[in-house]
Amino acid sequence: MKPATVLNIVVVAVLLMAPYWLNPYWVDVLNSIGLYAVLALSLNIILGYAGLFHMGHAAFFAMGTYTTAILNTQFGIPVLWLLPLSGLAAGAFAMIVARPIIHLRGDYLLIVTIGIVEIVRIALVNNVFGITGGANGIFGISRPHLFGHVIRTPHEFYYLIFAFAAATVLLFVRLENSRFGRALNYIREDDTAAEGSGIDTAHYKLVAFVLGAFWAGMAGNIFAAKMTIVSPESFTFWESVVMFTIVILGGSGNIRGVLLGAFLIIGLPEVFREFAGARMLFFGAAMVVMMIFRPKGILPPRARTYCLDFLPETPKGIGR
Amino acid sequence: MTTAPILRINELTKSFGGVMAVNDVTFDVAPGAIVGLIGPNGAGKTTVFNLITGNYRPDKGHIVFHGQSIVHLRTNKIVSLGIARTFQTIRLFQNMSVLENVLAGCHCRMQSGVLGAMFRLPGQKQEERRALQTAVEELDFVGLKAHLDLAARNLSYGNQRLLEIARALATKPRFLVLDEPAGGMNDNETQALVRLIVQIRDRGITVLLIEHDMNLVMRICEKLVVLEYGMMIAQGTPEEIQKDQRVIDAYLGVAEAEDEVF
Amino acid sequence: MQLFLEQLTNGLAVGGIYALIALGYTMVYGVLKLINFAHGDLFTIGAYLGLTLLLSLGLTDHLGPLAGIAVLAAMVMGLVAVIGALLERVAYRPLRTSPRLSAVVSALGASIFFQNAVMLLYGARFRVFPHDLLPTTAITLFGVNIPVMRIILFATSLLLMAGLYAFVQKTRTGMAIRAAAIDQGAAKLMGIDVNRVIMYVFLIGPALGGVAGLMVGLYYGQINFTMGWVYGLKAFTAAILGGIGNIPGAMLGGLLLGVIEAMGATYISMAWKDAISFLVLILILIFRPTGILGERVADKV
Repeated sequence: MKPATVLNIVVVAVLLMAPYWLNPYWVDVLNSIGLYAVLALSLNIILGYAGLFHMGHAAFFAMGTYTTAILNTQFGIPVLWLLPLSGLAAGAFAMIVARPIIHLRGDYLLIVTIGIVEIVRIALVNNVFGITGGANGIFGISRPHLFGHVIRTPHEFYYLIFAFAAATVLLFVRLENSRFGRALNYIREDDTAAEGSGIDTAHYKLVAFVLGAFWAGMAGNIFAAKMTIVSPESFTFWESVVMFTIVILGGSGNIRGVLLGAFLIIGLPEVFREFAGARMLFFGAAMVVMMIFRPKGILPPRARTYCLDFLPETPKGIGR
Repeated sequence: MTTAPILRINELTKSFGGVMAVNDVTFDVAPGAIVGLIGPNGAGKTTVFNLITGNYRPDKGHIVFHGQSIVHLRTNKIVSLGIARTFQTIRLFQNMSVLENVLAGCHCRMQSGVLGAMFRLPGQKQEERRALQTAVEELDFVGLKAHLDLAARNLSYGNQRLLEIARALATKPRFLVLDEPAGGMNDNETQALVRLIVQIRDRGITVLLIEHDMNLVMRICEKLVVLEYGMMIAQGTPEEIQKDQRVIDAYLGVAEAEDEVF
Repeated sequence: MQLFLEQLTNGLAVGGIYALIALGYTMVYGVLKLINFAHGDLFTIGAYLGLTLLLSLGLTDHLGPLAGIAVLAAMVMGLVAVIGALLERVAYRPLRTSPRLSAVVSALGASIFFQNAVMLLYGARFRVFPHDLLPTTAITLFGVNIPVMRIILFATSLLLMAGLYAFVQKTRTGMAIRAAAIDQGAAKLMGIDVNRVIMYVFLIGPALGGVAGLMVGLYYGQINFTMGWVYGLKAFTAAILGGIGNIPGAMLGGLLLGVIEAMGATYISMAWKDAISFLVLILILIFRPTGILGERVADKV
């Protein structure tokens, strides 16, 4: 077995067993890590693969969370049934807001997405359409049911969240190694050359946004179920910064890197709780230092490998 | 030959902030030909290319490819119609492998999308295999098969130009636009390039190229179009062009200017 | 009508502050093509340094309120300028040749760092400026009540902008800054020391931003460690509105945004005030990214 496979098995085994060794507090920390990992993986599609500097991911997260909160509290629809619908709401929102802005240059896109996330937050605070509950938010979201069992404790949520995260990783690994994943990488490397090679860059950028938003919306569904109370405070610009930092510091475009980033950035401050106040100070400094010394993150993206064995005469067994 | 031209350019005009980069240019390209677009620096050759490939929109004029007007189409659409290009300043995906650079060209002949990839829908795997096969074949064709694992940035300058050609060929074009393909190549590499361009034509692909190496142009082009200050000053066979007084003046002017520099 | 004029003067006063901050964004963008995300936090630092010096040195007791605050302003400008130059040296210079977006992330990191450093040093709660320093009276002009503070504020920003404009137009260094903004390569070939130009830009921009922070503290009476974030975004909007990289554009954009915002808050909705500014920003970037005074540049293929 290759070392990477061994590592994968060990990590999965440890994650499966972790709740047996940990008290609810630490399981809850792991739950946060799992949710942020999903959010960061969904942002990674936009920011990591396609290289689009998007700092408004909290807006899509909020769309999903509020869709679940509103439909559950108003119409009593079971929470987990709303999982796809929350994704679709966030995806539709992304389709509308991203279309006019995706052609913007990197730093301009960054600014515009910051503007969008702030407008969304202000809209939530101002109780837009009278359905978001204003600054207090929405409470009384019901607990999710799965196979007739109510999910309530951190330990129960742990398996829900990590199953969702595992499915996300599996599907995104496949996505990375596909025509779609490559197309996003071409756009990141050189937009003009990608278009000149026959790739519909505008379409792919939009799809990246919609897909990333769809996933963030689903993460929002689970977040709403876990919290049972949602309020605009959970969707500030800083929330976007945390997701952005996870991707950039962990390794944008590398799934392992993003997962590691989620563990470090959400988990470490819990380990060093006496320094919790300095967490953001440390993030900021780390971002500067990383850009200077390791601009591609802790685990930079790796080249894909291709199996060329099926070709009649292959130069080497396997691509790099 | 009486066959209809594959590409027809009519009264093409483009200006940038008052400067006429391309001014009322009209010429045809016959199918299966190798046509050269020549002229002094700044004559508007690359602008003509960028107009053909949809990177710029013309102010005026028509570009008709296979009987279809392409002036309002986006670049990727033009590529899928069968016009592929290389860039004057090499634009490879520098951090990606040689093989993946060519796979970029295969993209527009493939279909599978997000769901196909996530759920490994039937056909997705075969399609990937076909694309890999095409990519390896085109790398073989330009002579880079041995380097397919390398990152594009690690190739020599001449090989980077060949890789751009392989990427363009992977789009299965009927018409190939080469912008200074011999730029930065040594004599041996240029010789090999000449043979390669002829081979491309022999595959039934029409070639339009910009080149400063007059030796190369005169040897392989059936027809030349000469631009100066955005205007077309002559077109014809290499023999006709070599005798054309306006062309001689245009190039002598350049030669004199260069003499002053050195 | 009276309300309109009142809001107009209010908008111009706030707009003057936006303009001062916007100048820092636009000058840095001009020479480095970088959005200095940390600029808003230099503004915050200016406000906090101003408060600290005000409380500890007692300048206003010895020199009287106006002269005392003038000296204070000069000190704040000097200190924030030094921090600005240090920021450039540490966070941006090593990335001069990296992809532009690496520098953007570094800038963002610097912003987060500064903001949290201020929070750790001064606490997360609002800090209050002494409120008896400056005249709180208002004068009546054509039936409109205008607080004297508002006039002082607006006059100060106009004075500083005029000073900067003269500096950029009349001095050799100013000419070098303009040249480097147009074409850094050519400027270098003409013998301009681009590093020195960049240093000047990172001294002048933060100085203006820092003094704007002090002005906001004196005008509104309270400051918070996150204020640079909102003011920074607003000022950046102003810079874009006027045409980023364009110095008169930043001044115009600042005043214009101040007025738009005051009018929006009065006639549309106070609660949506910030959202209106962000919407302006998004609409400009979509429809006219070059701003009012910026020139159109074609992307080279």
